[in-house]
Amino acid sequence: MAHHAHAAAHGDGHHGHAEQNWFLKYFWSTDHKIIAFQYMFTGMAMALIGAFMSYVFRMQLAYPGMSVPFFGHVSPDVYNALITNHGSIMIFWVAMPVLIAGFGNYLIPLMCGVDDMVFPRLNRLSYQLFLISTIVLIASLFAPGGGFGGAWTAYPPLSSTAKYSLTPMGSTLWVLAVALEFVAFLLGGINFIVTAMNARAPGMKAFDVPLVVWMIVVASLLFMASVGPLIAGAVMLLFDQNLGTAFYDPKRGGDPILWQHLFWFFGHPEVYVVLLPAMGIVAEVMTVFARKKLFAYKTVLYTVIATGVLSFFVWAHHQFVAGIDPRMANVFTVTTVLISIPIAEMCFLYIATLYGGSIRFTVPMLWALAFMAEFLIGGVTGIYLGASGYDIHAHDTYFVVAHFHYTFYPIAIIGTVAGITYWFPKMFGRMMDERLGKIHFWGSIIPFNFIFIPMFFLGMNGEHRRIYDFTNFPDLAVPWMQNLRIVSTVSLVVMLLFQFVFLFNFVWSMFRGKKADKNPWNANTLEWTADSPPPHGNWPADQMPEVFRGPYEYATPGRDKDYWPQNERA
Amino acid sequence: MSTKTIATQRASMNMPTGRLAVWWVLMSEVVIFGGVLVSYLLHRLSHAEWAAQAAHTNTWAGAFNTLVLLTSSLCAVLAHAAASKGNGPKAARLLWLTILGGFIFLVVKTFEWSHEIHLGFTLQSGGFWSYYYTAAGLHAFHVIAGMCIMAWVAASAAKNQDLHRVENIGIYWHFVDLVWIFLFPLLYIAK
Amino acid sequence: MILNLPSASTFAGDVDSLFMLVTWLVGVWFFATQAMFFWLLWRFRHRPGVPSQYVTGKEPHLKRWINIPHALVLVCDVVIIVAAIRVWSQVKQTLPPPDDTIRVVGQQWAWTFQHSGPDKAIDTADDVWTSDTLFVAEGRTYHFLLESKDVLHSFFVPVFRLKQDAIPGRRITGWFKATKTGTYDILCAEICGIGHGIMGGRIVIRTPEEHDSWVNQHGGAVEPEAAVTDTTATASAGATN
Ligand code: HEA
Ligand code: HEA
Ligand code: CUA
Ligand SMILES: [Cu+2]
Repeated sequence: MAHHAHAAAHGDGHHGHAEQNWFLKYFWSTDHKIIAFQYMFTGMAMALIGAFMSYVFRMQLAYPGMSVPFFGHVSPDVYNALITNHGSIMIFWVAMPVLIAGFGNYLIPLMCGVDDMVFPRLNRLSYQLFLISTIVLIASLFAPGGGFGGAWTAYPPLSSTAKYSLTPMGSTLWVLAVALEFVAFLLGGINFIVTAMNARAPGMKAFDVPLVVWMIVVASLLFMASVGPLIAGAVMLLFDQNLGTAFYDPKRGGDPILWQHLFWFFGHPEVYVVLLPAMGIVAEVMTVFARKKLFAYKTVLYTVIATGVLSFFVWAHHQFVAGIDPRMANVFTVTTVLISIPIAEMCFLYIATLYGGSIRFTVPMLWALAFMAEFLIGGVTGIYLGASGYDIHAHDTYFVVAHFHYTFYPIAIIGTVAGITYWFPKMFGRMMDERLGKIHFWGSIIPFNFIFIPMFFLGMNGEHRRIYDFTNFPDLAVPWMQNLRIVSTVSLVVMLLFQFVFLFNFVWSMFRGKKADKNPWNANTLEWTADSPPPHGNWPADQMPEVFRGPYEYATPGRDKDYWPQNERA
Repeated sequence: MSTKTIATQRASMNMPTGRLAVWWVLMSEVVIFGGVLVSYLLHRLSHAEWAAQAAHTNTWAGAFNTLVLLTSSLCAVLAHAAASKGNGPKAARLLWLTILGGFIFLVVKTFEWSHEIHLGFTLQSGGFWSYYYTAAGLHAFHVIAGMCIMAWVAASAAKNQDLHRVENIGIYWHFVDLVWIFLFPLLYIAK
Repeated sequence: MILNLPSASTFAGDVDSLFMLVTWLVGVWFFATQAMFFWLLWRFRHRPGVPSQYVTGKEPHLKRWINIPHALVLVCDVVIIVAAIRVWSQVKQTLPPPDDTIRVVGQQWAWTFQHSGPDKAIDTADDVWTSDTLFVAEGRTYHFLLESKDVLHSFFVPVFRLKQDAIPGRRITGWFKATKTGTYDILCAEICGIGHGIMGGRIVIRTPEEHDSWVNQHGGAVEPEAAVTDTTATASAGATN
């Protein structure tokens, strides 16, 4: 990353950093951009691991008992460990670090026109804790007895009792890793919130803040307000596993359902924690490439807040048939279905933003648009599940699996790639290759639908989750169902092959891509007024930007340019 | 890394950054303790027999500790008052008194717990004791963390540096105190 | 309608109708939204010399296009909620009086079923115990008592559209009434350890005559499994129906 050295040369006197050695610069740095990259690259590496896991277990599902190339035979315990850690990795070690910590760290100071986070050292500590949690998680896969296989939801007594799970150490390390990860994000979240609240550029009022910053802040708030009980729950689970407490043990006065409440009280807000940053990225990309003001900025913001508030009152829709009081389900089906109101509004407003635009189908735009189209499928299928009467049948079937991959994949992969391709010129000072980008786009989106559409039909027919071999169940072993499983697996392999195009494009463009100037997309937000890539401190200390208007002033009447940067004096 | 960033010097919300951060930390702490306490309460309500277990706790020790913590909170308030008058050394002395309060609290706890463990009530003795030790332990952990940070703040306050931190650690200490005010009746008095 | 999955209980049809209702209500909006989306993409694609317009989102003639659909979505939501709760309360909340009772016990990794014997009462000497295969009669209302000996399991009969988690330390009561003879899968739909992937069973639905003659043949003959009786079957408040 030679260009960083070059960037540092631009560095301002204010910080007075001379050349530092490699370790200090890339590992011990407190620069928000470096920490963002640390999160992002760790997340991407974990994405590859999570994707490899999905390849292994999908091969096993399509061709039960085969020896999977590059892996080997998949036994039931290995299958369980694979899906458990696939889910945990994709949510906690991919979506969270990349979308919140990665983009949050990179964008919040730049978009708010400030030189760094308000607590740079806390920020570094946050990443270091995260890294430790990553190492603990990976170690758990190799623990004696095998990795934890009790699903990412880790319901006790299975997760709390070694006698039942048969993975004494794997379970403990898994809980420990998750708990550490939570603490890391708590520290990060405080930084994000306080920076965006308190360190904005002069003149930047609350409604001048770009939506992606707002959404990352609201997401951090949701996270911080919902994760506490689960941190406590995780400590209790650790104690149950290792110290013999009885929190979840029904035989000694505990209650296994308690964990489910603690988990989902966090778990449901969590899905919006990752949704919101992705929606924010999409807002930035869509406005720039449609050359349009966002349709009703404030209303979008209100829907975000409404979604956040409502998300605390829907958690038990994961537990309709878990043995809770059946009358409670009625309350939660109401709140759950009603959450479609703010989210539908949000989607409608995004789509309305296209009206009157001049839409350029660049690579980031393609990804952002694909997000909208695909997320709608995930969203509306959530309504089937929220309808308690149907969830009796659909719960823990592949219908659920298909539902949440149609939300998570758009968020964690589509939204992320939209963001990466959009900010790449800023991050690395070079443009990505458009043609490779389009090949990667179509090579991912088309197979994606072929992977997950079949799962809806499998789920409707009763195919249940977390099963390593469906030939054990006569009604599920029928040929047409097996064929759908094969379609899904083959599509996955095709999609994974196309990811090499992305990786190549990414690395190649970083060093060889066309040089990017400060503002290659003619965008308004502040990060595009800094050098590409921005030096340590982002702007020279005497040229910190000042803000005069909102972030989406495209095609403002009476101007010859079709954009109007936030920092340009009237 | 001694240079200050511009970020630290701004205050778009007209509130010092440190204080704002402390409030957010407390929000996340409130939900952590909230999770434990609500879980405990719900179980307590559906397990009448836990009252018999709770009868073995030492209410007097708990009451004494409550008093100790409240007094230490008062010292923290006085420290803040001294700091806002610019009297760093006085603030530092009061912070050390606060730390002393925390220390006494922990000593009393140690005696209590060793007595209870001696009687055979351990973490493993079922639902009530699991909550008793975990909730109070989590709280004690916060007391210890608060004492360490406070010692650090006091050291610099004695040199008249970073006096704004005196207030921030004070806010945190009041919170720790407040948690105990919830724990005490729930774990000791309700019998 | 749901593809190749037979419906074999009184409420299976209602669950399927709910599915169809949701499909219609969200499907219309889904396709309308997608159609609008792609139309706008095409209509406002970049053309040289055609600049974009300045639209703030406050224009009443444009806001209408958001607000009216939004209100209609709310109406759809209400319809979905009402329908969902009706099906839910029928399956889970209101138990019709039973003709017969069975006990279903999950454990790592098998199902054990306790059928009433010729005396039509459960927990008597002539009960019939089986593992992995449940025998029921068509057209009779059953109450099932669901228990678990170790971890969570979930009693899932796809052809009934019925699912209920089993929780150690609790006994959960539910009901069904089979409407079709045949042999179908029983699945365990909650991960329960290494053997979760093999924890299946079969349900054999026969005419009442066939079923009764099977019961009379086996009544009291099969040894009760000692282990089943030690389940602490205390239902905590609200957990049972
Ligand atoms: C980021 C991820 C994400 C998102 C955004 C969502 C969004 C939603 N989810 Fe999803 N969900 C998951 C991730 C996500 N979910 C995961 C991971 C699980 C499984 C966990 C596990 O068990 O492992 C799950 C499981 C899950 C369940 C439990 C299923 C079960 O296990 O039995 C339910 C039940 O209600 C549900 C509902 C919803 C609803 C109502 C929404 C809503 O927010 C969707 C709202 C959006 C729309 C509705 C679309 C836009 C609106 C329109 C186009 C207008 C037309 C609409 C109407 C007329 C209603 N989800
Ligand atoms: C963010 C969340 C996320 C993502 C992205 C995915 C991605 C995928 N998932 Fe995953 N999945 C879960 C979350 C996720 N999953 C969860 C929570 C569970 C439940 C676990 C449980 O039951 O406990 C689950 C379970 C699950 C199952 C059910 C297993 C079972 O119940 O037995 C299946 C089955 O096919 C599956 C398949 C896949 C496939 C084929 C992909 C593919 O889409 C993967 C393709 C991957 C890529 C395309 C990434 C490639 C990487 C790069 C391109 C590098 C660049 C990186 C960035 C830009 C970040 N998943
Ligand atoms: Cu029993 Cu899964
Ligand atoms: Cu949810």
